[in-house]
Amino acid sequence: MAKHKTPMLDQLESGPWPSFVSDVKQEAETRAKNEKGIEYQVPADCPDDLLGVLELSYNDGETHWKHGGIVGVFGYGGGVIGRYCDQPEQFPGVAHFHTIRVAQPAGKFYTTKFLRDLCDIWELRGSGLTNMHGATGDIVLLGTQTPQLEEIFFELTHNMNNDLGGSGSNLRTPAACMGMSRCEYACYDSQELCYNLTQEYQDELHRPAFPYKFKFKFDACPNGCVAAIARSDLSFLGTWRDNIRVDQEAVAAYVGGEIAPNAGAHAGRDWGKFDIVKEVVNLCPSGAITFEGGKLAIDNKECVRCMHCINTMPRALRIGEDTGCSILCGAKAPILDGPQMGSLLVPFVEVNKDDDFQAIKDVVEGVWDWWMEEGKNRERIGETMKRLGFAALANAAGVPIDARMVQEPRHNPYIFWKADEVEGGWERDIEDFRKRHQR
Amino acid sequence: MAVVEFQGKQFEVDEDGFLLQFDSWAPEWVDYVKESEGIKDLTDDHQKVIDFLQDYYKKNGIAPMVRILSKVTGFKLKQIYELFPSGPGKGACKMAGLPKPTGCV
Repeated sequence: MAKHKTPMLDQLESGPWPSFVSDVKQEAETRAKNEKGIEYQVPADCPDDLLGVLELSYNDGETHWKHGGIVGVFGYGGGVIGRYCDQPEQFPGVAHFHTIRVAQPAGKFYTTKFLRDLCDIWELRGSGLTNMHGATGDIVLLGTQTPQLEEIFFELTHNMNNDLGGSGSNLRTPAACMGMSRCEYACYDSQELCYNLTQEYQDELHRPAFPYKFKFKFDACPNGCVAAIARSDLSFLGTWRDNIRVDQEAVAAYVGGEIAPNAGAHAGRDWGKFDIVKEVVNLCPSGAITFEGGKLAIDNKECVRCMHCINTMPRALRIGEDTGCSILCGAKAPILDGPQMGSLLVPFVEVNKDDDFQAIKDVVEGVWDWWMEEGKNRERIGETMKRLGFAALANAAGVPIDARMVQEPRHNPYIFWKADEVEGGWERDIEDFRKRHQR
Repeated sequence: MAVVEFQGKQFEVDEDGFLLQFDSWAPEWVDYVKESEGIKDLTDDHQKVIDFLQDYYKKNGIAPMVRILSKVTGFKLKQIYELFPSGPGKGACKMAGLPKPTGCV
């Protein structure tokens, strides 16, 4: 028997999509029955009260969580998002409803053993509700009370060998696409680089030392399956710099209709017979592909590696063999000065495990040194870049200025020069000028 | 909001144990909070951090950025965590009586 009446939420139990309301109700019932005889460390009716307060918000059209909340575990400056209900008498089960961010494995591959162990901890010490996963990548344990935070942290670290994720003005939890684990487009091992940098910068992740938040994301090719270019301050995008590998027999099989284009992604509708000229050659953004006499040819020096031809004919076209990644900088959401996507900072860098990714770490640390010194309070690096100029960022990263860093050159003439670049410098005497030009 | 009584003083606090009024800060507050912040004995180094936070807040109306705290006190972030296990925000700012840190934390 539900604790609160939830007529509006009940409507969200109909329809074909998995209903979060049905799921929360199921957890509420499981806790009410408590067949395992668990000594719940937070109120057993926590999920009931969550539905209750949510129903109230549905009625009012207003949130019922108080502003902010500062809780955590000793040693770390982040990882837990404190939250308190603004109707604690009516909904005591969610008077405290803190969220714990738990570091996830790159690519989010799990064993049931790991997930069961995690659920056991959370069933005892939390609400039993989660978010799999937060947008940044963390496992999100949704709703517990302050005294449980150190308990959960102890069990996570001692029994599960797992750590918290990041929050606050620091390096947030990095995330990667599935990369080489199961994708033939992967130009570098995005999971390995993600894991390596996460471990390397644990200190920066757990103890806020930055002007504001900072995110890493790792896409193993330009398709952008973790959306690194839009959702991380430094985006690592796999690419190659030699030639696309072409299997002409497979090209013929696509043309002959033996292999479905785009691996059958458009099979839900009749788009007619595959037309390689219309669907590949003519859609190439740089016009670098020709198809003559049944042979496909690519002018690789004109190719921008957009992935379209490879995506369309994955069995005939493969990424090159000289692979690495590009690094883009500055993506952010609109606040404060408008949304940004990453801007190309390093056109190509080798992803080299043998020297522990030193070339990449040099860029990261150069950029951090600069931003930590120059960044204003709560200024994302994309904003620092706008304020102080892209050249300052490139200089900090130790990369030479390159035509590939701009989409087009500036059209205004407000060009700054350094004094030492100008013959005679800036020190001029007006009297000298007056000798040649009368007032 | 809860009211804390300690050594004859009263302090109004929020759920997270931050003072609601900076003006209500008194030296007893530090003694009251230290245990919950994992601090056994208060040293001169603790006091140095607290004093700086209070001075900066009185002068500027906000808490200093971590970088500035480190620069002025000479304590690296690691040392600040050794002094204040919950860190400069939850630990030191709370003890100094500054308002609760806000934003996307």
